Amino acid sequence: MSGSSLMDSLFQRSLEDLIKGLRQQLIGEQAFISKALEEICKEIKSTDLSTKATALLKLSHLSNLHFHGMSFAAFHALEVLSSPRFSHKKIAYHAISLSFHDSTPVLLLITNHLRKDLNSTNEFEVSLSLQCLSRIANVDLARDLTPEVFTLLSSNKLYVRKRAVAVVLRVFEKYPDSVRVCFKRLVENLENSDPQILSAVVGVFSELACKDPRSYLPLAPEFYKILVDSRNNWISIKVLKIFSKLAPLEPRLAKRVVEPICDLLRNTGAKSLLFECIRTVVTSLSEYESAVRLAVGKVREFLVDEDPNLKYLGLQALRIVAEKHLWVVSENKEVVIKSLSDADPNIKIESLRLVMAMVSGHNVSEISRVLVNYAMKSDPVFCNEILGSILSTCSRNFYEIVVDFDWYVLLLGEMSRIPHCQMGEEIENQLIDIGLRVKDVRPELVRVARDLLIDPALLGNSFLHSVLSASAWASGEYVEFSRNPLELMEALLQPRTSLLPPSIRAIYIQSAFKVLVFCLHTCFVRGGSIVPSASMDNFPAGVSASASHESFDEISVENSADATVVHGQTHASAPITKASIVNLLNLVELALGPLLGSNDVEVQERARNLLGFVDLTKPEVLNSSVQEKEDSEGKGVETSKIIKLMCDAFSKELGPVSLSAQGKVSLPDGLMLKENLVDLEMICGDIKPPSSYSFSFGSPYEEEKDWLSFSNLHIKEDSEQSNESTSLLAEHRKRHGLYYLPSGKSELISNDYPPAKDPTLQGDINDNTDDLVEITEESLNPKRKPNHGKPRPVVKLDEVDEKPVAMKQPEPRDDSLSSAVRDVLFGSEDIPPTSSRSNLSNNPSSKRKGKEKQHTDPRVESRENVIDRNSSSRRSKDRSHGKERRYRSPKKKNAEERKNTDQKEKEKRHRDHGRHKSRQRAEEPLKVPAQTSVIPDFLL
Amino acid sequence: MGIRFILMVNKQGQTRLAQYYEWLTVEERRALEGEIVRKCLARNEQQCSFVEHRNYKIVYRRYASLFFLVGVDNDENELAILEFIHLLVETMDRHFGNVCELDIMFHLEKAHFMLEEMVMNGSIVETSKANILSPIQLMEKAT
Repeated sequence: MSGSSLMDSLFQRSLEDLIKGLRQQLIGEQAFISKALEEICKEIKSTDLSTKATALLKLSHLSNLHFHGMSFAAFHALEVLSSPRFSHKKIAYHAISLSFHDSTPVLLLITNHLRKDLNSTNEFEVSLSLQCLSRIANVDLARDLTPEVFTLLSSNKLYVRKRAVAVVLRVFEKYPDSVRVCFKRLVENLENSDPQILSAVVGVFSELACKDPRSYLPLAPEFYKILVDSRNNWISIKVLKIFSKLAPLEPRLAKRVVEPICDLLRNTGAKSLLFECIRTVVTSLSEYESAVRLAVGKVREFLVDEDPNLKYLGLQALRIVAEKHLWVVSENKEVVIKSLSDADPNIKIESLRLVMAMVSGHNVSEISRVLVNYAMKSDPVFCNEILGSILSTCSRNFYEIVVDFDWYVLLLGEMSRIPHCQMGEEIENQLIDIGLRVKDVRPELVRVARDLLIDPALLGNSFLHSVLSASAWASGEYVEFSRNPLELMEALLQPRTSLLPPSIRAIYIQSAFKVLVFCLHTCFVRGGSIVPSASMDNFPAGVSASASHESFDEISVENSADATVVHGQTHASAPITKASIVNLLNLVELALGPLLGSNDVEVQERARNLLGFVDLTKPEVLNSSVQEKEDSEGKGVETSKIIKLMCDAFSKELGPVSLSAQGKVSLPDGLMLKENLVDLEMICGDIKPPSSYSFSFGSPYEEEKDWLSFSNLHIKEDSEQSNESTSLLAEHRKRHGLYYLPSGKSELISNDYPPAKDPTLQGDINDNTDDLVEITEESLNPKRKPNHGKPRPVVKLDEVDEKPVAMKQPEPRDDSLSSAVRDVLFGSEDIPPTSSRSNLSNNPSSKRKGKEKQHTDPRVESRENVIDRNSSSRRSKDRSHGKERRYRSPKKKNAEERKNTDQKEKEKRHRDHGRHKSRQRAEEPLKVPAQTSVIPDFLL
Repeated sequence: MGIRFILMVNKQGQTRLAQYYEWLTVEERRALEGEIVRKCLARNEQQCSFVEHRNYKIVYRRYASLFFLVGVDNDENELAILEFIHLLVETMDRHFGNVCELDIMFHLEKAHFMLEEMVMNGSIVETSKANILSPIQLMEKAT
């Protein structure tokens, strides 16, 4: 030993010194640690194993608690591992478990160390190495050490055996072929009476059954025995987990286990076991009414318990029950509602989820009322949680549960006023969506929008800006329902709008434009340019009688009651006089003048449009007011023409655009779309069109912009006073109309040029809105279940839920594992006659098996794996057919099996272990008689 | 896998023991522990011991100045994990005699060893205090 290393080991800091130093922190933690790391780096290179081990121990400590990488010490850890002293080994194994992973380069060197320790006579060494294997095993280690693990599985030292059982899970995962070797012994351990072993082996099976329950059905009798006999709660919980996976697959099994589980439910004193029983019953045995009732009784005890843990779990259990038995939730309504104001946010969220599960068309308004009240009192996080769930529940399936849209729009307005509300965007979407879809709600929508717009305080809250933008849009688009357009105009132009982001401000200005046009139209065209005072009476009734206004017409025809309501309101509304119009024009000029120099293009553009219009009309308006009586015929007519034109431009109603709209535009002659785009297709081939949106206005924002630019086009044309504008407009409308032609299937389009979006939806806008009216009417009638003639896109979501469990395929990753398990469980129980084996023995695969045993050539090995996987996946398919056949005729089965099954099965039987075990296993059929079905008759 | 990790954290949020049953890099561990500690230490005694985090659950319990946090899969039995934490504390109590944070700091490797006796590959393999402690006692005698 050199002098320096002697010095090192004499004056080396121990772990305790290190910890003490860390605690004193004389020079600061980071500085101390880096100093210590420096020392460790030096010490770990020492030739003295004790010094090295201590350094490694200190390094593990720093890595574990202070996040320092220790990958540089991987080789040193291996050196310490080779020490004969147990204490060194312990340190090394700990360091290795902490730091090694699949891509650690020296992992290859550890195999022999592990093998040596696995074969050691010292059970603690064996245990250490098993422990380590369970943490670091990769494919190679799992494959190479399978024989050792197999031996240890039947070790007579319980201490070692239970660890071997636990490590099997990792080995199976990494190297599925080890199943063929070890599975029998694992199953044998199920019959062990020692609780330690049983606990380990049941734990392994509960993990395995999680991944692919179907493969483990044949072991049901063993599990059943454990369930009935076990007095250990840990074991019972694990077995219950297994049964909750198996029971849904096999009704006879469910019938069989329901009684023992109910017994456990009644008799156990342990809350953990009780809860596991409850969970098993409500998830997997929900068809058994009496069991569910029993479990629900226990759930109620949990719910009223003082312990927040039990309360939380009770609510969780309720949520699982709610999927199939909603009555349970209603029975416990009081507790659930009370939990909304619990001290614990987790409990609050659980109860909120439950409350939302109870919502239906009948109670949605009461529940929403209660929830909004809670939201107002809650902290910001939970408040938005509540609002979010109200919004998503109510809008589900095209507002399926909303009966009264007036109420819902009011609710949306109210929700956006809650101080903590951050759901602005969702509310915006829904306000616009409802405005477009539900005609009857528009007057109320305008009223709600007005209330929001008129409140200057709201402009300061940036979370509300998107709601305000929707309100502005609605008030402009549906201004004809407004009681007081002048007031609306003031609200839209108020000085505090400067707080809005430019994109929303542009919407405000555009809406102001619409309102202004409406006011002028009402004043001059409807009321006549000379008698403005008449507008008070004329305004709504006169407008709705006008033939030029399609939308008004429809409303007055379809819903005359509504028209009278609007009419009735006019008494409260302010009259639109000439003086007020002049004021309005002045206000516009005042408010928008500064915006002509705005930096934002949208804002500037729109402000210019509106001011241009004002410039155009203002002289005439002033003129007509001065020379009211003399010259009303001349220029006044000119003005009213412009106004009428503009009004027409805005009166066309907007609606949802069908996804297939694009497909209905016929290809113009001479446009060679395909030829030019062939190259592009190659480039953009992997970009898929979004298919999740049913309508192209999935983002209302975009739609609005499109629409705005579209109307801009008109405004420009109009302001030029071109006579062509009317014809252009007409043409545009014609094209516009084309977009909404009734859909059918877009068969006209050639298939090889796919439409931009999924052509599954209905087209024509009018049809569409009619549809919605129908739907609304339907939902107004609470007795009738909403039955939607046309496919609603959201319905697809429901279909997913219906997928039967039995159809579930094991995940591809586990495929080889589960097929290996199936091979062992199903295949080996019937040993084919030797003659058949010898017949097939010239099959090339028989050569493989020998190599596999020796594990000498990794390359051959890996190729084999590939083959194995292919054949095993094929086999698992065959298997399912095979099962059916077994039911039919058990005798024929053998022959068929032999035909079906490939070399794979044979290979397995040839293998020494396999044969050895299948002999052992041959006794099994006596216990499990009549192998004709997958589930032994025991269960019947 | 059942149990994914076991952490012991003091009131100040310093990790006193960390045992992972799946491989995470140092950075992942640091981030995970930070998130969890922030989430759990903010909760009070009246709130339940279960927290949903990412795609798994954390079951935690506080003993004096130490928080015991166990990350488990979603279908793991929460109450059983609470019992497991209690068993762990009782075991350490029996070994150290009224265990405290300092005991774990200075005998970290023993605490790890006990955990290794109790949990293997993420599943609980031993629940008897005597069985858990006997190897440690043997080893102490030997040295």
